[in-house]
Amino acid sequence: MRQYANVISAYAIMIALIILVGIFQSWNVALAILNFCLISAVMTMGANIQWGYAGLINFGIMGYTALGGLAAVLVSVPPVREAWQVGGLNMILCLGIIVLIVFAVRYVLKNFPKSNKRNIGIGSIILVGLIILRLISEPAIESIEAVNPAKTGFLGGLGLPIIFSWIVGAFFAGGLAYIIGKVALGLRADYLAIATLLISEIVIAVIKHEDWLARGVKNVIGLKRPVPYEINLQSEQWFIDLVAKWNAGVLDLISTAEEKQAALTQLVIEASSVFVKICYSGLFLIVVVILLIITQKALYSPWGRMMRAIRDNEEAANAMGKNVVKQHLLIFILGSAIVGIAGAMMVTHDGLFTPGSYRPMRYTFLIWVMVIVGGSGNNFGAILGGFAVWFLWIEAAPIALFLINLFTSGLADTNAFKLHLINSVPYFRFLMMGIGLLLIMRYRPKGILPEKINIK
Amino acid sequence: MDFLNAIVLLLNYIFVPALAYGSQLALGAIFVTLIYGILRFANFATGDMMSFGTMVAILFTWYFQSLGISLGVLPTALLAIPFAVVFMILYMLTIDKFVFSYYRIKKSPPVQLAMVSIGVMFVTQAIVRIIIGPFDRRFFDGEKFIMKANEFKEMTGLNEGLTIKSTQVLTIFVTIVVVSILFWFLNKTKTGKSMRAYSDNEDLALLSGIDPKRVVMITWMIAGILATIGGVLYGLDKSFKPFTYFNNMLPIFAAAIVGGIGNPFGAFLGGYVIAFSEIFITYAYKKFFMYVLPESMEPNSLIQLLSTDYKFAVSFSILVIVLLFRPSGIFKGKVL
Repeated sequence: MRQYANVISAYAIMIALIILVGIFQSWNVALAILNFCLISAVMTMGANIQWGYAGLINFGIMGYTALGGLAAVLVSVPPVREAWQVGGLNMILCLGIIVLIVFAVRYVLKNFPKSNKRNIGIGSIILVGLIILRLISEPAIESIEAVNPAKTGFLGGLGLPIIFSWIVGAFFAGGLAYIIGKVALGLRADYLAIATLLISEIVIAVIKHEDWLARGVKNVIGLKRPVPYEINLQSEQWFIDLVAKWNAGVLDLISTAEEKQAALTQLVIEASSVFVKICYSGLFLIVVVILLIITQKALYSPWGRMMRAIRDNEEAANAMGKNVVKQHLLIFILGSAIVGIAGAMMVTHDGLFTPGSYRPMRYTFLIWVMVIVGGSGNNFGAILGGFAVWFLWIEAAPIALFLINLFTSGLADTNAFKLHLINSVPYFRFLMMGIGLLLIMRYRPKGILPEKINIK
Repeated sequence: MDFLNAIVLLLNYIFVPALAYGSQLALGAIFVTLIYGILRFANFATGDMMSFGTMVAILFTWYFQSLGISLGVLPTALLAIPFAVVFMILYMLTIDKFVFSYYRIKKSPPVQLAMVSIGVMFVTQAIVRIIIGPFDRRFFDGEKFIMKANEFKEMTGLNEGLTIKSTQVLTIFVTIVVVSILFWFLNKTKTGKSMRAYSDNEDLALLSGIDPKRVVMITWMIAGILATIGGVLYGLDKSFKPFTYFNNMLPIFAAAIVGGIGNPFGAFLGGYVIAFSEIFITYAYKKFFMYVLPESMEPNSLIQLLSTDYKFAVSFSILVIVLLFRPSGIFKGKVL
């Protein structure tokens, strides 16, 4: 029990902080923070598998998150029949051609010896394939995007419940990771970081500008929810009764029936949004717990020990007959798939998909700060990092405002310097993240909850 | 005549802009490559350091403008560069002293230093945004064009105009001067040679009596000069916005790696490789073919290999291809 003391106390502090936000700000804010903490925790678990278990650096987290989000759109939105009629056949044909190109290249790679001729052959296969693709897809894309562009203008999805997208998102992200892994995993660590960062930017560029796929920067809004809507809840009798029962003490103080009714309506409106958020929290918590159990089991399995061996000494592990390349690829795919789940969860929570909002600062570097601060190699640490950093990210502005007011209390309220500082409060979160990361890296390089390896 | 028109068209829309953009990238890429070669880590704070330098230059420009000082036809920002460089160098040396030097002395792996540079990136970005705000700023003054499209048309009687912005010429000119001085410094002076020796083989350099502290300090100073000048030139040509500068880090990295990281000359050329390929591939050649081909063969579509939305994607794809087939870069740098 004693060895878990710091884990328990760290989590207790974290939960206490969120409860404090609930008491002092509002439960809505607190639950919103909690939900995003849980999503961040899933992301950090994915990154932690790659970095903590295997020592692979992956700066492409933004790309996998976006693919998870794309999966949410493609699974949940009902198909746009008209668009499929005008361009669906051509798009399927294009998919077939891409598969054909891949197989043709593989065939050439396998059956011809390495030579300049082979390179030229592969180049020309790809070039011819791309030209054919362009010729087939261009008219189709144009006609798809012309279908009711204000509302649809894309192929739509499958019309399934959005929960399925969490799994599909994992597969999308895993697929991308397979390609990236095949291409880039042989590179040295910092090159791998740059390569993955740039590839994730390419993924975002494609999602942003291929409007036929998911409307691009025009955004997809109003995705179906897995949980009830506030409006519906507010008219449900059982929910109103529940709220009345919960707040009986407050309502009893009000004497007139009319005022009571008005107060109750207000309470129901507030409670409905809290209730929806609690539903999300429950769903997310289930995912986090399942993933935590699986990753913990994996970490202490023979496979986990092998991964640590590969991380700490690649050559020795190789000499012991472990296939380093294969294991690296595997763990790259697994970690990315988990990030893909988080991406789909996030879009599910928001109910909208906005490709323009995917920026490396928020979706790649912030997640890395979480992993490093929390403790790489330790799943509890990674989750705690997700919680702590996201909490700080959101609460940085109020904290900064408080500090600014404290330190400039001697100045008049109209002082230009003070006003300037107060106006730039939102940017203090970057400062806090940066200083936090630097301090942790300097004085506690293994994170708040460092990795523990029990030698028996 | 049509043929001349076609050439002017390409000059106007591809060659001149690409040359200017390439110069801006080249300065950044040399900055990255120097840090990588001598301090041995990938500096993720590159873009934000450039925006810090530019910010200081803008503040000085505003100050000079308020005093009524100007350079006439040239932008006032040129006058501000030396002052900004001093601040930038001070900032970099401070960061090095409080952040990077600890890991360097401890001989931490490069990945850890790269992580640390992410912390620096966050802090720098915050400082820039707190001081000057996240908005788009234009600080260009002076004469905007050297040659306007109309003037060129009148002068030559061609249908196509050639526009040359003064910032473009300025960028190219300043880049050539700065890069020539830098190469002279690296190849001819004793300090420069010691830096190259340190980059090639640290232990051997230490044995032969090279002072590592001095080498590191001079590296940061050169880096400060390059970052500030590169940033100011980009800001003059386009505009200053912290977020754009952060994003510019990516093509700059691409340029440095394509050119062979650790190799300043490679980085210099890499900047142009990236800039030209970005613009070549995303340019719509319809008008060009209209001039070159006979009327019967005129194209209907835009003849664009990729839409301009994929500008960044092009340079990143080039990088990935280079990493795959020639990981040491086109012009051999450090071998992976």
